[in-house]
Amino acid sequence: MSSSIAQTVKTVVSRYGGDATRLMDVLIDVQDELGCLSHVTTARIAHTLGVPQVDVEQTVSFYHFFAREPRGKFAVYLNDSVVAEFCGRGEVARAFEEAAGCRFGEVTADGVVGLFHTACIGMSDQEPAALVNGQVFPALTPDKARELVAGMRAGKTVEELKGGRTGDGQNAHPLVRALVHNHIRRRGVMVFDHYQPGEALRKVVAMSSGEVIGVVKAASVRGRGGAGFPTGMKWDFARRAAGDVKYVFCNADEGEPGTFKDRVILTERPQMVIEGMAIAAYAVGAQRGILYVRNEYRYLRSYLEHVLEDMRAQGLLGAAICGQSGFDFDVSLQFGAGAYVCGEESALIESAEGKRGEPRDRPPFPVEKGYLQKPTVVNNVETLCSAVQVMLKGAEWYNRLGTEKSKGTKVLCVSGDCDRPGIYEVEWGFSVNDILQEAGARDVQAVQVGGPSGSCIGPGEFGRVLAYEDLATGGSFIIIGQPRDLLKDVVLNFARFFREESCGSCVPCRALTGMAQVVLERVIAGRGTAEDVERLQSWQKIMRNNRCGLGQTALNPVVSTIRNFRPLYDARLAPGDPRFVPGFDLSAAVKDYEAAVSKG
Amino acid sequence: MASFVRYTLDGKTCLAEEGTQLVAAARDSGVYIPTLCNHPGIPPKGSCRICTVLVNGIPQTACTTKVVEDMNVTTGTPELEAFRKAVVEILFAEGNHLCPSCERSGNCELQALAYRYRVTVPHFPYLFPKRDVEAWHPKLVKDHNRCIQCKRCIRGIHNAEGKALFAFGKRGDKVVINIDPDTSRDIGDELAQQAMDICPVGAILRKGKGFDVPIGRRRYDREPIGSEVKP
Repeated sequence: MSSSIAQTVKTVVSRYGGDATRLMDVLIDVQDELGCLSHVTTARIAHTLGVPQVDVEQTVSFYHFFAREPRGKFAVYLNDSVVAEFCGRGEVARAFEEAAGCRFGEVTADGVVGLFHTACIGMSDQEPAALVNGQVFPALTPDKARELVAGMRAGKTVEELKGGRTGDGQNAHPLVRALVHNHIRRRGVMVFDHYQPGEALRKVVAMSSGEVIGVVKAASVRGRGGAGFPTGMKWDFARRAAGDVKYVFCNADEGEPGTFKDRVILTERPQMVIEGMAIAAYAVGAQRGILYVRNEYRYLRSYLEHVLEDMRAQGLLGAAICGQSGFDFDVSLQFGAGAYVCGEESALIESAEGKRGEPRDRPPFPVEKGYLQKPTVVNNVETLCSAVQVMLKGAEWYNRLGTEKSKGTKVLCVSGDCDRPGIYEVEWGFSVNDILQEAGARDVQAVQVGGPSGSCIGPGEFGRVLAYEDLATGGSFIIIGQPRDLLKDVVLNFARFFREESCGSCVPCRALTGMAQVVLERVIAGRGTAEDVERLQSWQKIMRNNRCGLGQTALNPVVSTIRNFRPLYDARLAPGDPRFVPGFDLSAAVKDYEAAVSKG
Repeated sequence: MASFVRYTLDGKTCLAEEGTQLVAAARDSGVYIPTLCNHPGIPPKGSCRICTVLVNGIPQTACTTKVVEDMNVTTGTPELEAFRKAVVEILFAEGNHLCPSCERSGNCELQALAYRYRVTVPHFPYLFPKRDVEAWHPKLVKDHNRCIQCKRCIRGIHNAEGKALFAFGKRGDKVVINIDPDTSRDIGDELAQQAMDICPVGAILRKGKGFDVPIGRRRYDREPIGSEVKP
């Protein structure tokens, strides 16, 4: 083993106190330094941490961004989401391959460029986009791709590849310097209104924790991640749970394709999110907070560290917050490594403990036994912003916004076929038509509301409103224009996504996501039967018995389009006598034989 | 002294020690709930989902559910039975299961459940995954074709220092169970046998050992799975 591996591992492991629950941090840092996590490296990490090597391997192999082999001096991760494909991702991918001289999944012979596919990176309003060594390169074209590869070969740094340009707002902050744009099209009163850090917290410390929870409950704040669980109730459970140590997590692992609000909120309102965490901590009696951010947003790391430092200096974090003795709370950053399922709160906790992001069985719920088996509140980025405003302006003000059952605002991430993709903060109760009009969408075939795990609706339902009681959404709002091939361009892409992102624990989710893809491909190829379509639909019942929300909704793209767009399926079914088996593909079945015979 | 709770099981009032695992409590009351990833003595995981029952009307895995006072459990609706059969069929279509040539035939829980649920024609597309047979280990063979990823070996088999011999690798439909070269290096025959025995299928085999009991005279050849639970 090279001494540099041993030295790097030793340094990194001691940086995290030799604590095996910090495995994610260890792996991320070691990979940063060594370029990849080879078996030799993971063996060394296991040895240094004193855990079995397979335990390290099972974490490493779970996450998309952990690599076992060198990924090239420049690792290009090009998003392959539906919206990226809409925006010309295919041509950009070809340009990358031609310019680099290698295929996706490979590294060039000179070791300079590595090309990789990746799921939605939270840039749906500026696709096609890629991460190059963690830096975002949005709005790519084939020309830009060629230019980037030429720059890499010419020995430029990633900073130089960015060409000294930056996006708007805090994207231009010296610690961010990202090419990313915010595209805030509509500023609502909750997140993107005027905000003064610390104002809400100073008000909160004058109240009792019970009173704080009372206000959040009176306002009926509900979780903004999609499920809509009442926030006040969650805090109350955690407050009542027995435990010497309690935790507050902020879930910024937005991985639902088409969602990018957390990225914009963390860029423009990070103090608000962290202040919301402190308020939650005050309410439940937590001492430590963890802001879990998806790996795709790691370019915000220095900036977020700086914001935390700044808030400590202002007395909004640390010991005796706002001069209140006994109110000690601090927040640290935790990055993921590429796994959609970690957006599920118990999987997020597992991941933060250095494990595979597999959802836990419930009960016990995280509010009773969460991070390190201690009571833990997990709140969405936007939920915490709502909590800040509620504490500032009161439950009555909050209740005037939205609908009967959905109070407040929702930050929507609009993308796809429209003139003005971006962030729209609207009161709950806006209709799909309202949004389509504001976004400048014409000739719309369908809208995917709530991302692939949500539902795909057609024009007949565009009068429906965005609200927990009608169309619930975590924010994703993908507009699909008339010319798109809904089954091939959208549903199949989502089916692949779920197949790749299933954690693999529950049998129905692990197997049926793949089987659905197989059947769907058959239907798209014109070899499907009516029975295939019925079968796909019937699998939804089986999927309902999966453990987590991902598994329970993983066939939604297929099932909701069969329900709402059945003629598109029927039109592709195999013609002819249904007694034959059109699903049987003779040429595929004899492919190996043909290959062997032709070799002679 | 243990405290007992009253709960309803398929319409009948039953007693169980508070906190008993529902699978075990139901068995004591003469109701068989099928399991695959569950194994007595190791922490439940709820990953195969075959033990799903209705607890107060909500689907829940019986292996991860503990009996509490006034709980209302339904184990045998036609929907639940259809779901269990589907899980078995899915597992057959997901891996490569060739019963006639398998060492575990007759002792295999998956095969036994297939008989119980009268699995005949396939309703799910066979995936025919390309999987390996791993034979580097001096005492064990891991036939990934047969693995149903139940994690019983991960949870139940530890070396003398208490370290796991097995762990998951990858995710989704590529998930695989790996043997740790270090922690499994010096295992004895006894632990190797335990590893083979804890596997519900024939995915973990002891090297140089097999077919001790002829096919036809094995556990589920003699008595169908679940029949040990007498109403």
